[in-house]
Amino acid sequence: MEKTKENTAEAWKGGDKPFAASYGKLMMWFFLITDALTFSAFLASYGFSRFKYQDIWPKAEEVFTHFPFLHGDHPLLFVALMTFILIMSSVTMVLAVNYGHKMQKNKVILWLSLTIVGGLMFLGSQAWEWSHFIHGLDGVPATLISNPYGHPLFADYFYFITGFHGFHVFSGVIILIVILINVIKGTYEKRGHYEMVEKVGLYWHFVDLVWVFVFTFFYLV
Amino acid sequence: MAETTTNSNWWIWKVFWILLVVTAVEVALGIIQPGFLIDTKLLGTKLLNHIFIVLTLVKAGYIVMSFMHLGHERKSLKWAILLPPLILIPYLLFIILVEGDYSFMMI
Repeated sequence: MEKTKENTAEAWKGGDKPFAASYGKLMMWFFLITDALTFSAFLASYGFSRFKYQDIWPKAEEVFTHFPFLHGDHPLLFVALMTFILIMSSVTMVLAVNYGHKMQKNKVILWLSLTIVGGLMFLGSQAWEWSHFIHGLDGVPATLISNPYGHPLFADYFYFITGFHGFHVFSGVIILIVILINVIKGTYEKRGHYEMVEKVGLYWHFVDLVWVFVFTFFYLV
Repeated sequence: MAETTTNSNWWIWKVFWILLVVTAVEVALGIIQPGFLIDTKLLGTKLLNHIFIVLTLVKAGYIVMSFMHLGHERKSLKWAILLPPLILIPYLLFIILVEGDYSFMMI
């Protein structure tokens, strides 16, 4: 790696890459910063409302206690599985990026496909979690204006934040499918590099990153 | 950049195991809810919550630095990306959670 020009005025005069990163990668990073700030605002306002209504705020471990095909209470188990699925799909994504660097088309196709499967599994789990929450408690559904577990704001934040995150996952899956088609068609082989895979990888890891925080502040804290 | 990553995949699995173990510890603590960590209060909340937040930041660090490759980028890029969130998010949290106290007095 050429490091001599870093931070020198010379590198900033144009025609060079002072950050040693391409335009597209930089823009992806800048987008992710803005997105990170958006999610921080959501979670901070969640914290605010929770402090304000501390006494009647539902405990997530008492709301989400079910696991498919298992009877009884299993707090945190299902969301732990969802977290595992997302971490796993992050790993397959890194592997796809890694084989992209090595220009091994077939392995990129394999790991990218597995990443898409992971994303779809996560979306399915989230749909299950939502439907469980919508069905509510003793026939009383959880909606945006009321829920049987406690303060209605809890349901609002839950739908809004996990929904916004879920929409990110959904968009991510769509983008991954587009990129996968391009990989199969050999677009990046012709281009000589798999940087597009790297860029969508950044986005995908960011989605995982956000989930790590949603998991902590919604389910654990 | 490329030369540090293309040789082998072992670092990917290393990070995977770290993320998995940290998550498992979080879930275990969340299920067991150890009495000592719940009864001890620090800065207005349970000690357990502080542990959760620290473990989450550890996971976030590994995802950003390793998976998103930021640890291997140029120093200038690293700080250009990290500084805005590192300044603005704690600031936002401080304003909303500490100064937000005034809104509690109004009701």
